[in-house]
Amino acid sequence: MPKDHGIGAAQKRREDVRFLTGAGRYTDDISAYGQTYCVFLRSDVAHGTINSIDTSDAEAMPGVVRIFTGKDFEGIGGLPCGWQVTDKHGEPMKEPGHPVLAQGKVRHVGDPFAAVVADSLEEARNAAEAIVYDIEELPAVVDMKAALAEGATKVHDDLSDNLCYDWHLGSDQAAIDEAFANAAHVTTLELINNRLVANPMEPRVALGEYNRANDESTLYTTSQNPHVIRLLMGAFVLGIPEHKLRVVAPDVGGGFGTKIFHYAEEAFVTFASRQINRPVKWTSTRSEAFMSDAHGRDHVTKIELALDADNNFIGLRTDTLANMGAYLSTFSSSVPTWLHGTLMAGNYKTPAIQVNVRAVFTNTVPVDAYRGAGRPEATFQLERLVDKAARELGVDPIALRRQNFIESFPYATPVAVEYDTGDYVATMDKLEEMIDRPGFEARRKESEAKGKLRGLGINCYIEACGIAPSNLVGQLGARAGLYDAATVRVNATGSISVMVGAHSHGQGHETAFPQVVAEMLGIDESMIDIVHGDSSKIPFGMGTYGSRSLAVCGSAMVRATEKIINKAKKIAGHLLEASDADIELKDGKFTVAGTDKSVAWGDVTLAAYVPHNYPLEDIEPGLEETAFYDPSNFTYPSGAYACEVEVDPETGRVTIESFAAADDFGNVVNPMIVEGQVHGGIGQGIGQALLESCIYDENGQLLSASYMDYAMPRAEDVPFYKVDHSCVTPCTHNPLGVKGCGEAGAIGSPPAVVNAVIDALASGGFNVEHIDMPVSPHRVWKAMQG
Amino acid sequence: MYSFEIESPTSVADAVAALGQEEAQALGGGQTLIPSLKARLASPAVLVSLKNIDEIKGVSSDGGTVTIGGGTTHATVAEEVADSYPALSALAGNIGDPAVRNRGTIGGSLANNDPSACYPAAALASGATIVTNTREIAADDYFQGMFTTALEEGEIITSVRLPVPEKAAYVKFEQPASRFALVGVFVAKFADGVRVAVTGASEEGVFRWTEAEEALSGNFSADALSGLSVPADGMIGDLHGSGEYRAHLVAVLTKRAVAAAG
Ligand SMILES: Cc1cc2nc3c(=O)[nH]c(=O)nc-3n(C[C@H](O)[C@H](O)[C@H](O)COP(=O)(O)OP(=O)(O)OC[C@H]3O[C@@H](n4cnc5c(N)ncnc54)[C@H](O)[C@@H]3O)c2cc1C
Repeated sequence: MPKDHGIGAAQKRREDVRFLTGAGRYTDDISAYGQTYCVFLRSDVAHGTINSIDTSDAEAMPGVVRIFTGKDFEGIGGLPCGWQVTDKHGEPMKEPGHPVLAQGKVRHVGDPFAAVVADSLEEARNAAEAIVYDIEELPAVVDMKAALAEGATKVHDDLSDNLCYDWHLGSDQAAIDEAFANAAHVTTLELINNRLVANPMEPRVALGEYNRANDESTLYTTSQNPHVIRLLMGAFVLGIPEHKLRVVAPDVGGGFGTKIFHYAEEAFVTFASRQINRPVKWTSTRSEAFMSDAHGRDHVTKIELALDADNNFIGLRTDTLANMGAYLSTFSSSVPTWLHGTLMAGNYKTPAIQVNVRAVFTNTVPVDAYRGAGRPEATFQLERLVDKAARELGVDPIALRRQNFIESFPYATPVAVEYDTGDYVATMDKLEEMIDRPGFEARRKESEAKGKLRGLGINCYIEACGIAPSNLVGQLGARAGLYDAATVRVNATGSISVMVGAHSHGQGHETAFPQVVAEMLGIDESMIDIVHGDSSKIPFGMGTYGSRSLAVCGSAMVRATEKIINKAKKIAGHLLEASDADIELKDGKFTVAGTDKSVAWGDVTLAAYVPHNYPLEDIEPGLEETAFYDPSNFTYPSGAYACEVEVDPETGRVTIESFAAADDFGNVVNPMIVEGQVHGGIGQGIGQALLESCIYDENGQLLSASYMDYAMPRAEDVPFYKVDHSCVTPCTHNPLGVKGCGEAGAIGSPPAVVNAVIDALASGGFNVEHIDMPVSPHRVWKAMQG
Repeated sequence: MYSFEIESPTSVADAVAALGQEEAQALGGGQTLIPSLKARLASPAVLVSLKNIDEIKGVSSDGGTVTIGGGTTHATVAEEVADSYPALSALAGNIGDPAVRNRGTIGGSLANNDPSACYPAAALASGATIVTNTREIAADDYFQGMFTTALEEGEIITSVRLPVPEKAAYVKFEQPASRFALVGVFVAKFADGVRVAVTGASEEGVFRWTEAEEALSGNFSADALSGLSVPADGMIGDLHGSGEYRAHLVAVLTKRAVAAAG
């Protein structure tokens, strides 16, 4: 019998009732009395000198309250980067200034250089059009290789060049050289990990409200981590102390990473509302989102694998260029380094690995974490490479993988991380069981009979999530701690509010988190609510990204609940006139062990708040506990994925016929939510593999600037997925034994799709080594032309 | 969006009068015009909505011809010509999504003449007649290049008359993002010959592929097309496909359309 309560129950998401009935309350649904509207004037050139901005006509237009330019932000902090990467020479990365409104120069299409605040949105737009400006266009650098060339136009005049850092990780040069010198076979692959735009359904919104009465500012914003925004904006940009700054992230309609970062618009509305003493709201248009939301991925990589004569992997080296865009977004610098280089061992016991990454400034929108952040880039290059090696060696791609799997844990990789646990054989076995591999040849024949080429693509993945041990990431350059926090507030009648640092914007925390507390206390989930998203209500936690919420914040919640249980047992012991050591908590009842003497949950909680009969000399009244949890390691979800495609050889069109995912997420709290997370992740992975592509022309103009040209995946583009998460190796170091499932689908799926396309083409006699994503019909057709 | 006045006349005569005003523009289903207003790419002073004019709505079928009011939505066309002109019904039923099909109109689509739109291929391949408030225009004279038609300022498409072919099919290869036609081919076989119209491909907008027409008029089978191709020169090249690719697709899709027409 599947459980219907507590850990392991596939409970329906309680938050969906409000989302599906239009009762969600998003940032744009919030309006403040006397609210003004703000419109940003954004650069339409990729690079230019601001010679003049004349706002005088615009200021005289109806409804205009005030117009701001970069000058208004002189002496005010710039947007900070939260992670300082140290390069391979021990030097800190180059960190250019990032003013809230551009000063002196604009550096990408969409860079804001003026903002109009007016009584209505229409008036603000009208006035923005009336601003007269002279921006002298300069040559732009878009291509990363060109940006690194001698004499290239500099994105930032005050830096020596466009190289942000030159970083490496892993085995020493001698070990790598030896591996490649001894190799019986070397497989090499050059590829691009395509730039993506996250495109959450809800565009970004920010509403700043200043309260003159107590000198307090409130920012309502579409954020995945309100406390991080409060810290960054308060301390680094505007100089507002925490107790005078409240950040609220209400219902958020999807984040996918792009709502982690602290954005100029947030600082602007908070600043401007203090200046004009009225609330200021900005709502991004979809067009603005394309040119102002941080983009994702955008790596160019050369990767090489050395194999010995028995096809054992003996060495791996990579050389990657990672696009930072024009400025360093909040976590941009960490993505191609510590979130990417550390994953290059993948599932394999390759003894020598060296990762080289150069991060490059270009005149494009800043690039930062997007679902998977660094791990999809790592997985894609490695799993495409292994597939290519199998093809070159004429061996079975699954057998080659199996032969090189890490099989004993813990396993310290050559790239700085230690996998605590995993079972890659088990997930691969499960996958093979799910996909009916023996039946593939028959399916291929059926496709051929329809004039289609069928291909099967396989890959594994390993990822690191649950970021992170603070002392470790501190050494690596993180400028924040990466613990999380939870407060469990038991009310007098026994109901519970859990205030959590994690933010839910599609992950289903409001359902899954209560399941954990309900399991621990033996009470019903309906008695428990999660409170999140408001810095004035929740403890200082770091928010939701990197599949960390349950592993890190959930662990804090477990610790706080344990404290509650300990205290409640003391109260129960007092009420039952027994030692608290003899008290057992089961099904919401405290019982003296070995007797039928018991007291109910509600009686204990009531006693805590109405302490008439209470051990006041020993313990305080009340029942509320907070815990901060700092993990001792990352968690390492892993799995094996398979995709079958059909390619129409006449048009190059790829259709996905089936997709299977066998994941090991450790223990699972709510299998239905996990399944949904995997579905969503695979959908985005298929989007990256087949459809999505953010394209600039050589002048830095954004060509894919709307849904007319940026292809999002739709329901018809994805199959009914087969997913499984029955292979469980519990995480060894957090109390729930959980690993994280939010990004796996996006990490694990792109290589399976591309491997399948290459396999399909090979079956038709087309010897195509690689096709860059998105594997569009045009690209497939071109590859087939040779 | 800039502010504008809106009028909703109930007759063609009133609409024509309203369109005589300074900077007036007709509003059909608004599926093209409203987005461009929102992006402030157009700024008409007066919008004349055609939505309440019953005389330009609906579908009638008479012997070998279907007549569709200029203000008829794609959804209505898809439903009403399902029996009388199935290929046209399928085309209309695959434009955009249900919201677009419930508002967008055939008149708006033909007036706009987007180079990737579907209806222009149907109208041209069917040898349709575009009927306006002042005249009748043969499809062959009507389409004059991307977003360009024979319509005069203020002229309203009141109906479209399409001769029904013996056999026909439209095959649309979707552009991955917009899902308009990257290339679309409409093949129509009449007693006196075959017409092939191609949308999405050419920098000149919808066009007739006359070589294919000749080959098919003698032998209406995909085999008749073997070896035929259109030159890549003058084909649209963009993010989603080069001119060569589009030229290639024209040949592939024409064969498929012939096969689908049966
Ligand atoms: C999401 C989306 C997907 C789409 N996908 C497709 C697709 O796959 N294939 C396709 O073909 N189209 C597609 N379209 C376009 C759609 O078919 C539009 O409805 C059509 O192009 C315009 O028709 P309308 O009635 O909406 O015209 P409007 O937007 O109202 O007007 C368009 C132009 O035509 C003029 N006009 C309108 N009616 C008349 C008339 N009766 N006489 C003279 N002038 C008139 C207007 O003044 C304006 O200049 C899509 C649109 C959207 C929004």
